[in-house]
Amino acid sequence: MQVSSNLFKQNARAQLANERVQKALRNAKGKLVVARARSILELDNFEEIRDAAARIRDFALQHMDVLLEEWEKRAEAAGTIVHWARTPQEVNELVLEIARKHGVRKIIKSKSMLGEETNLNHALEDAGLDVRETDLGEYIIQQFGETPSHIIAPAVHKSKDDIADLFATKHKRPRLNDITALTHEAREILRPHFLDADMGISGANFLVAETGSTMIVTNEGNGRMTTTLPRVHVAITGIEKVVPTLEDTALLLRLLTRSATGQSISNYLSFTTGPKRPRDTEGPTEFHVIIVDAGRTKVLASEIREALRCIRCGACMNHCPVYQNIGGHAYGWVYPGPIGSILTPAYVGIENAIDLPNASTLCNQCGVVCPVKIPLPDLMRKLREQQVNKKLRPWSERAGLRLWTWAATRPLAYAMLARMAARMGKWLGGRHGLLRRLPGSGSEWTSGRDLPAPQGKTFRDLYARQKRSAR
Amino acid sequence: MNAREEILSRIRAANGREAGSMTERQRVAILEKLADRSRGPLPTMDWEPVQHFKERCIAMMSTVSEVESLDGVPHALAAYLNGSQLPATGACWPEFAGLDWTGAGLTVEARPVRADDKLGITGVFCALAENGTLMFLSGEDTAGSMSLLPETHVAIVPVSRIVRIMEDGWDLLRRERDALPRQVNFVSGPSRTADIEMTLVLGAHGPFRVHVILVGR
Repeated sequence: MQVSSNLFKQNARAQLANERVQKALRNAKGKLVVARARSILELDNFEEIRDAAARIRDFALQHMDVLLEEWEKRAEAAGTIVHWARTPQEVNELVLEIARKHGVRKIIKSKSMLGEETNLNHALEDAGLDVRETDLGEYIIQQFGETPSHIIAPAVHKSKDDIADLFATKHKRPRLNDITALTHEAREILRPHFLDADMGISGANFLVAETGSTMIVTNEGNGRMTTTLPRVHVAITGIEKVVPTLEDTALLLRLLTRSATGQSISNYLSFTTGPKRPRDTEGPTEFHVIIVDAGRTKVLASEIREALRCIRCGACMNHCPVYQNIGGHAYGWVYPGPIGSILTPAYVGIENAIDLPNASTLCNQCGVVCPVKIPLPDLMRKLREQQVNKKLRPWSERAGLRLWTWAATRPLAYAMLARMAARMGKWLGGRHGLLRRLPGSGSEWTSGRDLPAPQGKTFRDLYARQKRSAR
Repeated sequence: MNAREEILSRIRAANGREAGSMTERQRVAILEKLADRSRGPLPTMDWEPVQHFKERCIAMMSTVSEVESLDGVPHALAAYLNGSQLPATGACWPEFAGLDWTGAGLTVEARPVRADDKLGITGVFCALAENGTLMFLSGEDTAGSMSLLPETHVAIVPVSRIVRIMEDGWDLLRRERDALPRQVNFVSGPSRTADIEMTLVLGAHGPFRVHVILVGR
């Protein structure tokens, strides 16, 4: 996917001004936050399970090499063909190679955020292949020619009316005005493609080392069809998705679906281990899994490695006051919200996403809801430090901080400057004691409200006077 | 260095280990962790499994009927289909070929599911009470598409096959089978989506409805 994260401010402003996006965000926010809060009450020891989940993920990160080797050994024993890819380009090349080898013309896809990272659809389409997204949200986004704005609800920024117009044009059928009817029309349109596609592509929520399985979580059933009906299947997944055992997976699933959509469980949990067996009546004859690095080992070696615990539930974005107001597209790459503000700079380069780690008040809502306890604000703070150390911040900010440092380390000068500022503030505040307009970037703050002006005395002045009068 | 070796060596370096620096003891410890299958903390389960399973099925928007023995299944199914005004024709897994479907006024064939089938009848490997979940193993006689392609999926669930949680399901699988089948599916209610304006719609790509027939006491 094209990275436009350095246009964050511009993009955010556009999203704030877009009434349709704002309406959709308000709607989604209420539903997702309440649903999660309700469903975690079903787990009376939620915090204990959450601690265990973080430990499982840390164990997996710490022993990732052994777990992946074990996963591979068992997957291959079941007939899976395992590939490894260092870069997004290598992923796309591998998928294309498999498609060519099997004379594939039509591909159906179940949701994969990694596929968004590698721009897989474009690579396949450029090679003349017919690629259909089948998750309803992804299908809508593909028909619009857009990119997802949320990792769980890709089309959350689109209204029913947008989709009704889209379907009427694309499906060449009478315009529908009802969400159920629109959903069922997409079902009717996509069903024949499931039945005659040559290849299925999916992601994986987890790789289970114990059994060599890939597992996916879906609600619609498209994941089951994609992994069962076409004659070839390719699953693409990041190295960090590995977990030790089926028991660990069961524990993580209790948290994943509740944190994501507030469901106690998703409708379909599918564990796939290899291709069609000799006596099976269905299933792909070849089952490929591509294990992908694409920046992950770099994160593993860095001070933000805890970000790799992520199980992609989206709770951090659903609860983020910044995301709730600007939506996913403003973040400019695959992963929005707090986790996106960490992964985007890590995967596409810190210099290509300058604003993201700063697009947060560090209020820690994200850290509180994260099912695997990623300390998201701490990681954003570390990225901010890296920006400063690499001198990537704008010159005005750097000059301002230098000035501040100079004054703050000289108590006399600091006291004098503060006294001057307090007096000038009082004078500027006038009769009402309010500053109506601040210069520079302060003007954005005062465009919506007045700043109470300083009262003319600094804290030190008042403290000294009190001390004198008490004597 | 090929991609595999390069990625693995980067992982080792990131974790502060050189290739081959891991002692056999350390490796064995990790492998033991894979084999020990210890369970993490579980939520309190102060419920009776069969009753809880029924309640959770309904919460997940499945419907449930109960019969004393397998012979009662065709009539229970006919009653459900009539009540919901659904077609009385479909396909079932081979294990139910011997049931008296015609006696209940149904046309049910034991054969692979077809694209135009409206009704698919399956058994289960087991069922999980925790969330009203059906557990399926793919196989020669237990094709997964039977529970996926038709608009109505009917699952015949012996009460004796209800366990509490997914971990129990895995243990049962390890006890009764040598290895995992191609696919293990956990199904909890009809297919659904909320991708348009966060509004729940049943029947996204899979079944519009799931009806569970509990067999036995």
